[in-house]
Amino acid sequence: MNRIKQRPGEINLLFGGEAGQGLQTIAQILARMFMNGGLHVLAVSEFMSRIRGGSNSITLRAANQPVRAQDETIDICVLLDKDALPRLKGRCAPATLMIGDPKLFGPGSGMLPLPLNELGAQAGGTIYSNSIVCGAIACLVGWELPLLEAALAKVFSSPELLAKNLAAAKLGWDHGTEAAGHFDLPPQEKKAGQLLLDGSQAVAFGALAGGCTFIASYPMSPSTGVLIHLAKSAHSHGVVVEQAEDEISAINMGLGSWYAGGRALVSTSGGGFDLMAEGLSLAGAIESPMVIHLAQRPGPGTGLPTRTEQGDLEIARYSGHGEFPRAILAPGSPEEAFACAAHAFTMADASQSPVFLLTDQYLLDTLCDLEPFHLPDAAPEPRIVTTTKEYRRYAAGADGISPRGIPGLGEGIVRVDSDEHDEEGCITEDFDLRTAMVDKRLAKLRLLKEDLALAPRLYGTADYRRLIVGWGSTAPAVVEALERVRPASTAFLHCVQLYPLPQAVLDHLQQASKIIVIESNATGQFARLLRVETGCTITRQWNKYNGLAFTVDEVAALLQQEVNP
Amino acid sequence: MSENRYQRIGCDIAWCPGCGNYGIAKILGETLQELELDPQQTVLVSGIGQAAKLPQYFNLHYFNGLHGRALPPATAIKASNRSLTVLAESGDGDMYGEGGNHLLHCIRRNPDLTNIVHNNMVYGLTKGQASPTSPRGLVTPLQIDGVILEPFNPLAVAIALDASFVARAYVGHAEQTRAILKAAILHKGYALVDLLQPCVTFNKLNTYNWFEAHTSPLPADHDPFDRMQAFARACEDDPLRLGIFYQKEKPVFEDQLAAYVDDKRPLFERRVDVNKLAETIRAAG
Repeated sequence: MNRIKQRPGEINLLFGGEAGQGLQTIAQILARMFMNGGLHVLAVSEFMSRIRGGSNSITLRAANQPVRAQDETIDICVLLDKDALPRLKGRCAPATLMIGDPKLFGPGSGMLPLPLNELGAQAGGTIYSNSIVCGAIACLVGWELPLLEAALAKVFSSPELLAKNLAAAKLGWDHGTEAAGHFDLPPQEKKAGQLLLDGSQAVAFGALAGGCTFIASYPMSPSTGVLIHLAKSAHSHGVVVEQAEDEISAINMGLGSWYAGGRALVSTSGGGFDLMAEGLSLAGAIESPMVIHLAQRPGPGTGLPTRTEQGDLEIARYSGHGEFPRAILAPGSPEEAFACAAHAFTMADASQSPVFLLTDQYLLDTLCDLEPFHLPDAAPEPRIVTTTKEYRRYAAGADGISPRGIPGLGEGIVRVDSDEHDEEGCITEDFDLRTAMVDKRLAKLRLLKEDLALAPRLYGTADYRRLIVGWGSTAPAVVEALERVRPASTAFLHCVQLYPLPQAVLDHLQQASKIIVIESNATGQFARLLRVETGCTITRQWNKYNGLAFTVDEVAALLQQEVNP
Repeated sequence: MSENRYQRIGCDIAWCPGCGNYGIAKILGETLQELELDPQQTVLVSGIGQAAKLPQYFNLHYFNGLHGRALPPATAIKASNRSLTVLAESGDGDMYGEGGNHLLHCIRRNPDLTNIVHNNMVYGLTKGQASPTSPRGLVTPLQIDGVILEPFNPLAVAIALDASFVARAYVGHAEQTRAILKAAILHKGYALVDLLQPCVTFNKLNTYNWFEAHTSPLPADHDPFDRMQAFARACEDDPLRLGIFYQKEKPVFEDQLAAYVDDKRPLFERRVDVNKLAETIRAAG
């Protein structure tokens, strides 16, 4: 067989099958194998909202260079069931090497045959198909078994299971020998300490780094992963974890925990967050810190539960009755997700306000390799005071901040009230006091906008006239497309803090003569926010809202069109 | 209001003259005094409504949150600092209506807190509409032909959920109410006290006289550890029985949490162990 023309220094694999066939396991194993071989990896899942059946896929990109976005080129497509063919055919090119079981697709399919049924029976059951596939892929890229075996050892901890999977992988590898080295992607020296994590893990670990001690949430895709990962840390890191009866309870529990000295997080998605709006407003009224992980998926209603979108920026910005400060952070990578989650606790605690961590399904479910997170030197110190007898919860202070006491620490009484209240926290209907309390609460916004703000990141030339502006998970695709197309005097501004907008965002916008906003929603929610907050003129909007994230190729095509209309 | 170190003197009280809430506040103050609870370690949690204003008139920590939402923060406060004594109190509309789902699941969780529900069978602060416990036929400005819904039976529901402490009291019987509240606060686990009181402004049916005529203590031989008997008595609607219907020792929510297995400290004393976190991340990655 001839070598297939691939993009130099990388390979793109596509796996299709039913839910329950183990696509996630294949991605885990192969990603770890490529990492063991010193490559960078990215695995993007695309799945239906069901437990078994359906037709799902995972794209795995491995390369010499760091890869953080999806490409549309597919070098190898492995079909685990019949339905995967019609579904994935459109994503494959004539050059794509298709692999399938002749029993499913017939002898004349033109595919590279991989008799999974037959080999599975030899290995001890169809459950071993995943390792057989991994063995075959290892052989195709010309890799020896030990790198794969190390990956299997990480994924399968039980010795018995590992032995069977090692044997299955060898069966696959042996079967692939006639097509060995079909692709040119030699292993390199392994990078020590490199991790393989998804966005949900990054958020959960970031929350722990921020001192999170409490999470109450109601399961809802794609936010559940964070709850699960914190549950795994409940023993080792002393975190109170509770599955609430609904999202209303979850956020009210979170507020109760902050009140009593905990550092609480809630993790939810669109419809679940809608139920939290009342609790969000309560956080504003009682000046409680709160960290809300809002994991976006396409709405309205139930929408596309397992897909991605950036359609909930405006509920993060505007939900909750009344006027009170808040902050919205939107990480674009696992590293940023970790840093933002940790920083969200600092911001919330220092400003006694709710802080949003706005992510999406694409960021949360995508696996990639990364260097160890930058951990703080010391644990963050909570901003809690020991109260005296004269303590007044809402005493006037600089930037509207009143020292925060908790019950049981000191001699004072800590009163918080959702009614308008006086400095002690007792109900008032005094109009002058009302005005003073609103002003006091709103004064806290300065801290979020200035002292605690996260700066945007500029990619490309500093001497730009055309500025592409994005937020959250769109960043990696834009960054790579920009490198690919290299349009003159063009830069990309990745905004991490969406509200309140840091001054640096305004400064960058002012330099541009042309502003293009890219986001995964239909109406341009961030573009609208930028106009409202800065009065800037937006030349063009690039929007995608079919439930999938932007790919590098798509953004590159948009850039090309922009440069050469 | 009499002198009581738990109660605030001289504040502007928002209740109507003759309201049953005065009696409840007095009885609660006396109960706390008898128990000599440490005010520094006692937290009142309430929702919204006239009953929910009670914490305003006490010298205690309070979290006066949202309508119907007292139980989730109360549960979390106890789970965040187990040395606190937590009392969640509000009216029947708040706890049984808006907060109904929280009530069900709070009973299932069984946190060590006392849940006092001021039950006057009508909405007060919103001016006289039916409450979940309003009797059928009660005519209100909204239920103009009378209530057509079955009244909510909090005791039967709580016993059906195997709540660990279920009682009913009537504010007109101060001594018995004090004894019940005392037992409820001392009980380790979730304790529901459905506390009957009249609304002198909006409920012209369930008045002081009506409660006197339609309540009676549980029989002397009532066994609070017999769930079936408790359930049967909770289903009686005339007279409404008063006393401790049901009691059961059960593991409490916060003591079973993974967070407290190896670490007994309240959450505010904890700091993330950065080295351990680095190890956790390494193992996962």
